[in-house]
Amino acid sequence: MIVVDDIHVTFGRGTPLEKHALRGIGLTIPEGQFVTVIGSNGAGKSTFLGSLAGDVLAETGRISIDGTDVTRWDTPRRAGLVARVFQDPMAGSCAALTIEENMALAAARGRRRGLALALGGDRRNGFRDRIAALGLGLENRLHDRMGLLSGGQRQAVSLLMATLAGSRILLLDEHTAALDPATADFVLDLTRRIVRDNRLTTLMVTHSMRQALDYGDRTLMLHEGRVVLDVAGDERAGLDVPHLLALFARQRGGLEISDDSLLMG
Amino acid sequence: MTEIAFFGAVEIGLVYALVAVGVYLSFRILDFPDLTVDGSFPLGAAVCAVLLIAGLNPWLATLAAGLAGAAAGLVTATLNVRFKILHLLASILTMIALFSVNLRVMGRPNVALLMQDTVLTPFYGLGVPDHIVRPLVVGLVVAVVVLVLARFLASEFGLAMRATGVNARMARAQGVNTDAHIYAGIALSNGLAGLAGALFAQTNGFADVTTGIGTIVVGLAAVIVGETVLPSRALVLALVGCVAGSILYRLAVQVALSADAIGLQASDLNLVTAVLVAVALILPRLKAKAARGTARSTGTAK
Ligand SMILES: Nc1ncnc2c1ncn2[C@@H]1O[C@H](COP(=O)(O)OP(=O)(O)OP(=O)(O)O)[C@@H](O)[C@H]1O
Ligand SMILES: [Mg+2]
Repeated sequence: MIVVDDIHVTFGRGTPLEKHALRGIGLTIPEGQFVTVIGSNGAGKSTFLGSLAGDVLAETGRISIDGTDVTRWDTPRRAGLVARVFQDPMAGSCAALTIEENMALAAARGRRRGLALALGGDRRNGFRDRIAALGLGLENRLHDRMGLLSGGQRQAVSLLMATLAGSRILLLDEHTAALDPATADFVLDLTRRIVRDNRLTTLMVTHSMRQALDYGDRTLMLHEGRVVLDVAGDERAGLDVPHLLALFARQRGGLEISDDSLLMG
Repeated sequence: MTEIAFFGAVEIGLVYALVAVGVYLSFRILDFPDLTVDGSFPLGAAVCAVLLIAGLNPWLATLAAGLAGAAAGLVTATLNVRFKILHLLASILTMIALFSVNLRVMGRPNVALLMQDTVLTPFYGLGVPDHIVRPLVVGLVVAVVVLVLARFLASEFGLAMRATGVNARMARAQGVNTDAHIYAGIALSNGLAGLAGALFAQTNGFADVTTGIGTIVVGLAAVIVGETVLPSRALVLALVGCVAGSILYRLAVQVALSADAIGLQASDLNLVTAVLVAVALILPRLKAKAARGTARSTGTAK
C-alpha cells in the first residue's frame, strides 16, 4: 500500500525558473490496485512518479510504502520496493550489457551486491525460463547485447526485469509512447498480464484516454501539480472517452475538444 | 632490435599494462575520464622505493604502493562525487597535488634502489638471464591481476559497476548505489597505477617524480591499440587486449626509435604518443560521420 500525504515539489526554488510542480498531492493506493494517470504536458505526472521512486524528494509531506516512511529515501534505497519502466526504451536497460546481465542486475535489486558471480549457479536457466514466457523467442539470445533488441522487445524485457526481485510496486511512465501501435498493444497486454500474475500495485502514466479507462481499476487526472479527478469503480465504469476528454478540456481552460483528439491512442 | 631491447620493451609494456587496465576501468567501464594516474603511478613508485629503503618486505612495499594509489583515486572520486567538481578537473587537481606529495614522500626528486631487495631478487640467479626474469615476474603479476579483475567484473558488485558507467539512471533504479561504485572503481583504477609504479621502481632501480608525466596518455594508447587488435566485447578479452596493446605499443615505439631512417629521438616519445592517441580518438568520429548518412546514430556517444 502506498500512502501519499500532501507532498509538494518545487524545482529551481529561488530562481526565475522556479516551478511548483507538485502542489499538495495526497492519496492512498491500496495493495494490488492498478492506477492509470493522465494529464496534459507539464501536469506533474512524471514528477509524481519520480517522487514515488525517489528521484525527486518531496519538500513537505510524507510518503509511506507498506507502512514504512520512505520520504527521505533516495532512489537506490527505494529500488527494493519500487520497480520502474521508463518511456525511453534506452533508459530502462543497459544497451552495452547482455540481456542476461541486465536481468541479473534487476534480480539483485534491493539486495546487497557481493562478489558472487552475477550469472553463477543455475541463474541463467532461471532467466531463460522467465524470458521464454514472454513468447518473443528471446530465450536463445540471452548473450546478445540489449542494444540489439527492438524498442518493443526492450520494453518487454524491462517489464520482466521489474518482476525479478519481488518488489510490490510498478511505476510505468508512458512506457509504450515510443512504440508503434501494434507493439504498444503487445506491451500493454504484457503489462496487464504481469501486473495480474504478480499482483503488483501499479501506476501507469498514459496520454491515451482510451488506455486510461481500459486498463486498471482507478484513474487519476493531474493538472498543475494537483489531482483534479480521481475515479474508480462504478463511477469510472460509467465514464467514456468523450466524457473524459470533456473533463480534460475543462481543466485545460476550455480548449476545443477536437484539439485533444490527437491524444487518443 | 636487439634481444635485450626486445625484452626491455616487453617488460616496460607489461609494467604499463597495469596502468592500461586501470585506465580501461576508469575511461571505458566507468566512463570517468580520470587523469589521476599521472600522479598515482609515481606515488606508487615513491612509496615502494621509500619502504624498500626502510627495509620492508618487497611484496608488502608493493602492496602499500597499490593502497597509496587507491587512496589518491579516492581523493579524485570524492572531489567529483561529493563536491560535484567535473571529473577531469577533479583528477587534475589530485594529480597536481600528488606531485608535491611525491616529493614529500621521497624527500627529494628521485631515489635510487641499488642494494635493496625487490620482488625480483629471489628470481635472479636461477639460471635465467636477468632481462628475461624481469618480464616473466612482471608478466606473472599482470596475469594474476587480469584474472582477478575479470572475475571481479563478473560478480554482482562488478556488474553493478559496469551498469553505473553505462546507464547510471537505470543502475540507480535497479538499486545500485552508483556513488559507491564510482569510489570503488576509481580507487581500484589508481591502485593498479600505484602497483605499476611500484613494479617500475623495482625493475628500473629508481623512483623519480617526473616519471608520471604522460602516464595517462600511454595508458590510453595501450587501451586503444588493444581495442584495435582485439576488438572484443568479452571482458576478459578486453583486459587481455589492454595488456597486448601496452606491449605492442612499446614494441612499436622501440622499432620507431631504433629505425634511424625516421630520425626520432627518445625525447620525441610523448609527441608521438599524443599524436597516436589523438588520431585514434578522431578516427571513430570521422567513421561515424561517414556512416551517419546511411544509418541513424544510436546516440550513445557523448
Ligand atoms: N528537473 C526539473 N527541473 C526543473 N523543472 C522541471 C524538472 N522536471 C520537471 N520540471 C517541470 O515540472 C513540471 C511538471 O513536469 P512533469 O515532467 O512532471 O510533467 P508531465 O506531467 O510528466 O508532462 P509530460 O506529459 O510532458 O511528460 C513541468 O513544468 C516541468 O517543466
Ligand atoms: Mg512525463
